[in-house]
Amino acid sequence: MAVLNLSRSNIIRLIFIGIFLIVIVQLFNLQILSSQYKKLAEDNAIYPKRVYPNRGIIFDRKGKPILNNTILYDLTVTPAQVKNIDTLEFCQLMEIDTAEFRKRINDARFKNGPVRPSVFEDLLPPAQQAKLEENIYKYPGFTLVERPVRTYPYNAAAHIMGYVGEVDSNILRRSNFFYQLGDYAGRSGLEQYYEKVLMGQRGIQYMIKDNKNRIQGHYEKGVYDTPAIAGRNMRSYIDIEVQALAEKLLSHKIGSIVAIEPKTGGIIAMASSPNFDPNELTGPYKQKNYNKLVLDVSSPLINRGIKGMYPAGSTYKPLGALIGLDEGVIDPSSHIGCGGAYYGCNRPVKCTEHWAGHAASLRLAIAHSCNSFFSNTFRLTVDNPAIHSVRNGLTKWKDYMTAFGYGHRLGVDLPSEDGGNIPDTVAYDKEYRGSWNSCTMVTLGIGQDKMLVTPLQIANGICIVANKGYYYTPHFIKGIEGETPEDTVLNKFRRKHAVLTHIPDDVYNVVIDGMEDVTVVGTAKHITKIPGLNVCAKTGTAENKRVIDHKVLKLKDHSLFVCFAPRENPTIAVAVIVENGGFGATWAGPMAYLVLEKYLNDTLRADRQKEVERIANTNLMPSYLPRLQYITDSARAVAWFNITHDSAVVKKYWRKPHVPDTSGQSREQKPQTIMNAPREKPKRVKDSAVKEVPGRTREKT
Amino acid sequence: MEQHSSSLSKGIDWVLVWLYIALVTIGLLSIFAATYHEGDPLVQSFLSLKTDYSRQLLWIGLSSVFATFILLIDSKFFPATANLWYAFGILLLLLVFPFHTTIKGTKSIIRFGSFNLQPAELCKVFVNLALAKYLSRIETDFKKTRSQLVAAAIAVFPALLAIAQSETGLALVYFSFFLVMFREGLPAAVLIIGFSLAVLVVATLLIEPNVLAIILTGAALLTLFFLRRQIKRDRSVLFYVVLIWAFCVGVQRFAVPFVFDHVFQPYQVKRIYDTIGKDYVPKDQTAALEIEQRNKGKKKGESDYNVKQSKIAIGSGGLLGKGLLKGTQTRYDFVPEQGTDFIFCTIGEGFGFVGSLVLLSIYLVMLMRIVSLAERQRSVFSRCYAYGVASILFFHIAINLCMTVGLAPVIGIPLPFISYGGTALLGFTILLFILIRLDADRQMVLR
Repeated sequence: MAVLNLSRSNIIRLIFIGIFLIVIVQLFNLQILSSQYKKLAEDNAIYPKRVYPNRGIIFDRKGKPILNNTILYDLTVTPAQVKNIDTLEFCQLMEIDTAEFRKRINDARFKNGPVRPSVFEDLLPPAQQAKLEENIYKYPGFTLVERPVRTYPYNAAAHIMGYVGEVDSNILRRSNFFYQLGDYAGRSGLEQYYEKVLMGQRGIQYMIKDNKNRIQGHYEKGVYDTPAIAGRNMRSYIDIEVQALAEKLLSHKIGSIVAIEPKTGGIIAMASSPNFDPNELTGPYKQKNYNKLVLDVSSPLINRGIKGMYPAGSTYKPLGALIGLDEGVIDPSSHIGCGGAYYGCNRPVKCTEHWAGHAASLRLAIAHSCNSFFSNTFRLTVDNPAIHSVRNGLTKWKDYMTAFGYGHRLGVDLPSEDGGNIPDTVAYDKEYRGSWNSCTMVTLGIGQDKMLVTPLQIANGICIVANKGYYYTPHFIKGIEGETPEDTVLNKFRRKHAVLTHIPDDVYNVVIDGMEDVTVVGTAKHITKIPGLNVCAKTGTAENKRVIDHKVLKLKDHSLFVCFAPRENPTIAVAVIVENGGFGATWAGPMAYLVLEKYLNDTLRADRQKEVERIANTNLMPSYLPRLQYITDSARAVAWFNITHDSAVVKKYWRKPHVPDTSGQSREQKPQTIMNAPREKPKRVKDSAVKEVPGRTREKT
Repeated sequence: MEQHSSSLSKGIDWVLVWLYIALVTIGLLSIFAATYHEGDPLVQSFLSLKTDYSRQLLWIGLSSVFATFILLIDSKFFPATANLWYAFGILLLLLVFPFHTTIKGTKSIIRFGSFNLQPAELCKVFVNLALAKYLSRIETDFKKTRSQLVAAAIAVFPALLAIAQSETGLALVYFSFFLVMFREGLPAAVLIIGFSLAVLVVATLLIEPNVLAIILTGAALLTLFFLRRQIKRDRSVLFYVVLIWAFCVGVQRFAVPFVFDHVFQPYQVKRIYDTIGKDYVPKDQTAALEIEQRNKGKKKGESDYNVKQSKIAIGSGGLLGKGLLKGTQTRYDFVPEQGTDFIFCTIGEGFGFVGSLVLLSIYLVMLMRIVSLAERQRSVFSRCYAYGVASILFFHIAINLCMTVGLAPVIGIPLPFISYGGTALLGFTILLFILIRLDADRQMVLR
């Protein structure tokens, strides 16, 4: 071997060179050939910090901000830097005890490690924040961090605006990871629907971090940073004062008020009750408040304007008249002799009026809301000999209803709208096994039976009447600041739906005359008028019942009212529903009138102001609610007990506080003893077309 | 013999001195780059003695004082006192056992106030002197096995003491003296056998035991086939081949598992496995616990983490590097021990492939220069000593670089003249300047 012939010094030299060559080859491999290390080093040290712009603001139709941005403060802690602080004083300031303090510090240490800041308490109340700000120098390791939060200057429109919250895994997945963990996004209402507009464009700052993820400064002095672009503001059709009034009128009641501008489909107000203060869900106590709202069986979180499903009742009648007129089965002079009930079918349909001549013409029938007349009209419509069969008749009728916007989602710019229900032949085939006729469903003609509508649909239907045949999809947002052709989100709200314009105007005029008469001589004549304003209206009184404790409970009728005004050139259409409020003209009517007056005259007369207070202070909460709350709470307590075997909660639902016994066997009798609740005596159930299932409108949480 | 010159600079090998200055400067810069924090006042922090680089500057000053002293000493002093130094070194090493302070898991440090002394670090110089002295004795006939064993014992004894202080890395350095012995006539076979053994051990770790046994058997059969003529002539060849085969299989089957289970600490075994890229499964609960304890407070896979981050740092340097103070890996503490054992990362990241190549060339030139110096010595003592210096430096450089680029297990030994660390710098300086001093007097016959 040649190597062995070399002198030993040269062999040693060769060994040196050989090893160095190996190192050089590896260096060449690492530094020149491999490309991943550069990327790895950047991933290590460069932290793309997202900069969140301010969200856009939503203004009402007069340019007042409905919501705004403000800054609240989070208190963050870096556990490793907390040294030599007066824990007792700090705990007094924070209103916690030292055990809680230690627990939170340990949690922070566990979550983010000792050298990175974690949130100690988020969204400090302003008073506490001020006190801390003054003394923060005493507490090394604690810092106050700004956090933008929404505020609502009018404390109104909570349901419409929705809220902004941290994204969850669903949103992350659906957004194709556009969002990241910890991002905030609109979670309901307009905030969610217009998320893309309101959120603006996130900026990115490339920051340098060290091995413990501590930020060390800008990377390359920030040349690669992109600035954040603020979210765009939006103008809405909402009149925030009308909205606030509507919400006030509905206080202590369950129901909804929807007001729409018929010419544009712009929603002026959409109130839903029970309601909540939107500011409650942004501040320091948001979780507490939210939990309270979620557990309330009157479901304050539900926007009944788009999710409440109600029988349309008599508010359907103008539409029924239009359908009959268009089909040619009735004419303006059609009449029926009604003596207090409709006897055309086996079961009589009762009518509130029984004096002769209250249904002497279509106009009078509308004005006095004659059930007989409209039951008859409905039967004539579906049994129209020109269509040959009741099946075709019902299908045809449903087509009309669909055109009026009933039975399907309208497409309002809020998420999770409900579509209501307009029955078709399938529904009746299923229930009556194919053997049914126009008498089976005659109460559809007075807006009962299987017909369920949302307040928004009622308001929109009346807009079609006011517009004589067309409508725009109801929506809140008028325009986006700096709108460009790329903003297609509003396009669908600017398309006219000319659904029933083939019905001539004089046919509409007959119905509108009748609706005007409602307020002059008809069912709503006692409501205090607004001087110089011709209002076209229709009252509604809808039967409803509910199952409580396995018994069907006939409840007080829902009070409904629809109207538009002025008659000559309608600029507002209002639909009001007050659950279990009785006659339409008792509660819903006056409320609608107040909304009209406030919107059209921009102010209320002094005596009207008193009326507002009177209505607002009247409590019409249904009497079954406490019982329902009790059932729900106790059931939850039992479920909790079954999971945890912790009797602390379920205890108070036990029948007897303490049963002294020696067997020890009866200690197991926990779930079946939940019986000692205040129980309402069920009223006698009359026949009724509508059955409301409990929990139908309850939010699933 | 008469001293020809009173001048200090007479006969000094300036090439080595300049290389030394270059390396120390690079080292100071690298430590500065690794530990300087933006915004610190430069001059102040250099003089404050609070930062690593200012302390290193102090040590450099101290080292140059020592270097000057060594150059002033008569070269006869070294062979004359070599054995004394050796005894002193061993004494120091022994003193460690009762007086050590445990710092970062090593038990090899004696502490005087704020001053840390690591005798194993200094002992290299003494061993080198003693070995050179022994090899240069007229009575020593290095062809005799007995002499070879004595020489080996001189080198290996302190290594054993270092192992007892859990300083396996430092112990390994003492094996570099076999290069000196090789130069002085140790049969090449010893080195070759040693190397083969190392290959066999690595192969044992990498390859399934049965597969390796089959490969070894195959190799033995192949050898028999090629040597069949010789075997016909001389039966003993067959015997030797079978003996070697049996030995190899024995090592692979029994010796290596035994050493790994009973000699090495579990964490060391894990490091070795990490380097060859295999998962180490501790054989029992106590071993697992021990590794756990060693890694207490560290992230999962920490020893692996060091090498990974080091490779990222070097790899991200690219061809020309990111520039001084621009490396993100080293600036923001991703590489652990970046001032000391992993100092090469700073150079690799900051100055890239070209910079690393320049540093390697400086080292190589230095080593080559020392070997040529050694060969021009007239005295055996100086030659042996010079080879000792070359071997020690070479071992440090090779192991440290291989560790940082991921070719060797993580063994905590410094990069000569560059790593932060006072004792180490002082030790290397003394080592080198004794050589320069001896070389300056190469005309004298010391034997």
